[in-house]
Amino acid sequence: MQSDHLISFEHVTKTFITWDGETHAVENVSFSVNEGEFVTLLGPSGCGKSTLLSILAGLIKPTNGEVHIRNEKVTGTSKHIGYMLQQDYLLGWRTIKENIFLGLEIQGLETEQNQKKALKLLAEMGLLSYKDHYPSQLSGGMRQRVALVRTLATNPDILLLDEPFSALDYQTKLKLEDLVIDTLRRKKKTAVLVTHDISEAIAMSDRIIILSPNPGRIKTVIEIPDVIRTPLPFASREVPEFQSYFQMVWKELNYS
Amino acid sequence: MKPLEDWLTRGKISEEHGKYLKKERLYSFLVGVSQLVILILFIGFWEIASTYKWIDPLLFSSPSRIWETFITMLLAGELHQHIIATVWETIVGFLLGTILGTVIAIVIWWSKFLSRVLDPYLVVLNGMPKVALGPLFIVAFGGGFMATIAMAIAISIVITTIVVYGSFKEVDPNYIKLVQTFGAKKQQIFSKIVLPVSFPTIISTLKVNVGLAWVGVIVGEFLVSKLGLGYLIIYGFQVFNLTLVFVSLFIIAVCATIMYHLVQYVEKLLLKNRN
Ligand SMILES: Nc1ncnc2c1ncn2[C@@H]1O[C@H](COP(=O)(O)OP(=O)(O)OP(=O)(O)O)[C@@H](O)[C@H]1O
Ligand SMILES: [Mg+2]
Repeated sequence: MQSDHLISFEHVTKTFITWDGETHAVENVSFSVNEGEFVTLLGPSGCGKSTLLSILAGLIKPTNGEVHIRNEKVTGTSKHIGYMLQQDYLLGWRTIKENIFLGLEIQGLETEQNQKKALKLLAEMGLLSYKDHYPSQLSGGMRQRVALVRTLATNPDILLLDEPFSALDYQTKLKLEDLVIDTLRRKKKTAVLVTHDISEAIAMSDRIIILSPNPGRIKTVIEIPDVIRTPLPFASREVPEFQSYFQMVWKELNYS
Repeated sequence: MKPLEDWLTRGKISEEHGKYLKKERLYSFLVGVSQLVILILFIGFWEIASTYKWIDPLLFSSPSRIWETFITMLLAGELHQHIIATVWETIVGFLLGTILGTVIAIVIWWSKFLSRVLDPYLVVLNGMPKVALGPLFIVAFGGGFMATIAMAIAISIVITTIVVYGSFKEVDPNYIKLVQTFGAKKQQIFSKIVLPVSFPTIISTLKVNVGLAWVGVIVGEFLVSKLGLGYLIIYGFQVFNLTLVFVSLFIIAVCATIMYHLVQYVEKLLLKNRN
């Protein structure tokens, strides 16, 4: 099946089987993401958001259905993909510099040129002077920025963001949202974000896919209009239309 | 009083900080003095009790006689070989115990199947008092160096395996997920995450194993050896020279303390940049 989409989920179902029985995490999920798009998966806890990201990253196999990236079936991890977790998970025994080289090391891409690029990214995040510090010497927001650099250092086209701001305080989170969007737009990256924060979803995305739980299914898809998605997330929240979208998403999430 | 005051408050950055430093330093001084007083009282009381025959000097000797014997033997060159033998066996025993225990832990981390298979054996071996295996070691390795080392290893290897494997298993799966998203293979998961995360645990088993190795070596020497501080204890006991027993105990206490502090120092060096 040829398509122009960068990512496509085709009838993806995942059932976890353990001693205790089965969990139907997601059922028959189909959607696609275009090059350069920012798509958010929004839904209550346990509706299979992280499962979908893990399938896309090739970390777990779907029970049924297929995921394609550039018309190629996902069968394992891929260098196209960068994954950002809920917490920074910086390695405490490595300096910041050594932390951002982690992905390059694992992929055997530790060339001087790539290292320079990574350090340049660190500079863009305003953290170059911390390159020889240890993670424990940095604040939560700084650490998550380092995690972003680590993810971008291997130069993936697609970024998967699994609630990357949820461990941060509100102000830091707002600043980081702007930084992430700005960075991704400049570098023309495609992103899939997972969150249960409604305003974050509206402020950051081009499109929101709302999931309902037990088992996780797509409930609705909401396109965000240009007036909201063009400005950076912080400014988006000031746009008059923002409130009505908030109401709309809220209703979708809370009424069946 | 001024120089003393200055010395007690050295490094102060304010009056309050100076007061704090002074208080803490006086406190440490008091602790040190108390420790010294206890030691002096103990030795003094022992000496007096022995002199006035409150305790049987033939059985419990006295500090002065112990010291005398120690110096005499040391100058006569009768102690070196014993000290060297025991210290050497202990070092080899605790290093091998730690290394082998860690290697086994790595192997069973690698193979989930093997870890399930070996689990009950580890439990039984761990519960087993290893010194009870002494006669087997003598049969297997003959009396001497090898049997003593085997004892020292036996006593530390199983617990090392259990502790280190435990820390491998407890590594936060999110760190593993992190490197997997970069496409890490099992060997990379181990070298980039699992081993460095568990490194402090491995180092901490060193400290425990020094103590265990001393037990293994002394018991081993009780059983088989013609050499070493453990042998000296048994020998002194057999010829009813209890002073010799105390001399050995004294040397063991000093050596074990020195070794413990060395290991602690090495641990500090190795874990310098950790939090
Ligand atoms: N490895 C696993 N084994 C068994 N069940 C699992 C596994 N991973 C996830 N599940 C189950 O699948 C369901 C979906 O989990 P998932 O983590 O994808 O939800 P989520 O939407 O990301 O939730 P949250 O917002 O809390 O992160 C849950 O019921 C969870 O218990
Ligand atoms: Mg999740």
